[in-house]
Amino acid sequence: MMLIAGMIGLGVAVILALVRVALGKTAFDRVLAVNCIGTLIILGIALHGFIMERPEFVDISVLYAILNFIGTFAVLKLFSTGSLGDR
Amino acid sequence: MVFSLETLAGLFFFLGIVSVVIGALGLIRLPDVYSRIHAAGIIDTAGVTFFILGMICLSGWSLVTVKLVLIGVFLFFTSPISGHAIAKVALECGIKPLGRDLTSKSQAAAASTKQKATPKKTTQKKAAKRKTAKKKSAAKGVRS
Repeated sequence: MMLIAGMIGLGVAVILALVRVALGKTAFDRVLAVNCIGTLIILGIALHGFIMERPEFVDISVLYAILNFIGTFAVLKLFSTGSLGDR
Repeated sequence: MVFSLETLAGLFFFLGIVSVVIGALGLIRLPDVYSRIHAAGIIDTAGVTFFILGMICLSGWSLVTVKLVLIGVFLFFTSPISGHAIAKVALECGIKPLGRDLTSKSQAAAASTKQKATPKKTTQKKAAKRKTAKKKSAAKGVRS
């Protein structure tokens, strides 16, 4: 029961952050909101594993944490230098 | 009243839900990129910590606990780094923070005209500043 309540809370937060992605004035607002959505999705994957009683989903959650970090930094490097370092 | 690990987990999940929703509301309501980073920090620290503590209370002593602690430590170290990087790149691209400019020249000017200036004027000035900052950033985006 509390796991499902936590899932609903995470869903509400993801929807609110998606509103910021749609409204965001600058690109940095969108990057920040997408980073937040990634963090919430990490928690959601781990919670889903607990709801289904298969905690192996935590491995996928670790992988997604690393991907979220690298993705944010790739976008920011593209903004600041204009390339991804391949010239 | 029976106090078990499950009730403790329920308490942690409740606190996590509250902090995550507060952080997401701040992400919508706050006026600036730099202040929104503050709201994102609430999600990345308080929300993640409470949710992971709740899941640790449910999982007991196992390998899953170690992995959950790994996720918590990783997010604890990387999310402030990414927030700092977002703020740095936004400042490089010419987005000015809201509020009074604290560099020396404008500070003296603001101190001299502090009593005369009405709040309406200052808000107009702020809006004009914001417009120029936006134009600058747009120009930079086109160039790069």
